[in-house]
Amino acid sequence: MSRSTNEAHLPGLRQPAPANDGLDTPFWEGTRAHELRVQRCKECGLHQWGPEWMCHTCNSLDLDWVAVEPTGQIYSWQRPHHPVHNALSDRGPYIIVLVELPHADNIRMVGNLLGDPLQEVEIGAPVSVVFEDREGDPDFTLVQWEVI
Amino acid sequence: MNDDYNLRGKVAVVGVGETTYYKHGQSPDPEFVLVLKAILAACEDAGINPKEIDGFCSYSNDRNDPPRLANALGIPELRFSNMQWTSGGGGAAAAVQNASGAIMAGSANVVVAYRGLAQGQFGRFGRSGGSRPVSGAAAYTLPYGMMSAAQMYAMRTTRFMHEHGVGRGAMRAIAMACYHHAQNNPRAVMNGKTLDAETYDSSRWITEPYRLFDCCLENDGAAAMIITRTDRAKDLAKAPALVLGAQQSGGHRSGATAENATDYVTSSFKPAVKHLYEQAGITATDIDVVQSYENFTGGVVMSLIEHGLCTYENADEVLTFDNLRADGGKLPLNTSGGNLAECYMHGLGLQIEAVRQVRGESCNQVPDVKVALANAGPMVAVASTALYGTEETA
Repeated sequence: MSRSTNEAHLPGLRQPAPANDGLDTPFWEGTRAHELRVQRCKECGLHQWGPEWMCHTCNSLDLDWVAVEPTGQIYSWQRPHHPVHNALSDRGPYIIVLVELPHADNIRMVGNLLGDPLQEVEIGAPVSVVFEDREGDPDFTLVQWEVI
Repeated sequence: MNDDYNLRGKVAVVGVGETTYYKHGQSPDPEFVLVLKAILAACEDAGINPKEIDGFCSYSNDRNDPPRLANALGIPELRFSNMQWTSGGGGAAAAVQNASGAIMAGSANVVVAYRGLAQGQFGRFGRSGGSRPVSGAAAYTLPYGMMSAAQMYAMRTTRFMHEHGVGRGAMRAIAMACYHHAQNNPRAVMNGKTLDAETYDSSRWITEPYRLFDCCLENDGAAAMIITRTDRAKDLAKAPALVLGAQQSGGHRSGATAENATDYVTSSFKPAVKHLYEQAGITATDIDVVQSYENFTGGVVMSLIEHGLCTYENADEVLTFDNLRADGGKLPLNTSGGNLAECYMHGLGLQIEAVRQVRGESCNQVPDVKVALANAGPMVAVASTALYGTEETA
């Protein structure tokens, strides 16, 4: 359950690039394909995020990338008002959410909560992914969230 | 704890010093000069010749490296250099810990723990710029507008308030206590600027749940502490502040990226505090005065709970303005004004204030201090915490 958009929520910020050691290339390729791919250990089966070269549970170096259901629950949130980057001047408040994925061993992901920037945010609320396709060098796709 | 492997009382802070503290961008001196001036001030306070320094400890990738400092100071033997790998100011007490360890190991005799910041020269902590692509851990947060320190630690506080129902009253009281104490401190950047409850409540949001006065300052300056063997301290200018214990900790996966620390609602002090009190042979009730690092007030509430100074249940009742003030409070907190109102010298000022309380030299002196706590870092991947005491406590 997800959708996509071409509308940039916070335009002008630095764009993401895969790490130069290739660690998270599958993640960023996945977002372009509108899939939420995270690491899962081939030995013990646990999901892991953010990515690392080793499974933090069993210390296996044999990690897979799997697509997980692009939904979760709001674990925490904040509403920045003060613009810390020139691209945010006059932008007004926006919402950052920390989303927990119970179906993927409770890994957490950071993104923006789309919709009214002044909306009341409820911890525990179910959310789903909005893949935000952006033009860049190269083009990239962010993982945003909206309340279901 | 085996005494042979415990520094308790064997190492002491014998000198402390700082430059004038400036608002960011207002230092007339380059950062390196600020550090040199702070080291000279700490040496003068100790009554020790700067050329006796043979070790240097700092943290947070301080730009002023020991070889250059030793060269400028004309140090004859540079025996020990140490950089604490931690996030932000979480290494302030760890710098004292590492210095103490070097002395205990016989690696150096006189070590300076120092930190210099010229945010005018090198850029403000509260601003983020640039347009180049970002990779690694920052790629999971920065494109979503999460890049400043306040933004990196706000969601821990949101979750903390949600889980424990502790909150706004304690955060307000902490901010007010810091500003209250700064009024008696001529070094404080906010000396002359008071803060009442109404001003706090009507201040603008930086990022909810942090208001302007929940956030530390941005400053230029430098601070330094001279650390040596306690038996050497007898010959020096001032009564020593003995290091009773100093520890650092990151819990399970505390450094996990994209906010995936196993224990998310923590100031990161839980493991360190257990070891600190065991090392020092004290409990929380023995502590007379507390300097608790304020990057953001919400982190201080968690820190005080994790140091056993109040509980999740009674935090709002204990952490009141009346209790936190040096003049009559039961839990005097941040008696120099701290990072909120004295200066944000990445927390080294809080370590120095703990030493001044032990010496009886604070601008807001708490009567009869025997044990003083000073911690650093809350909510960062690795936090550190230290206890200082008078000679009679060791």
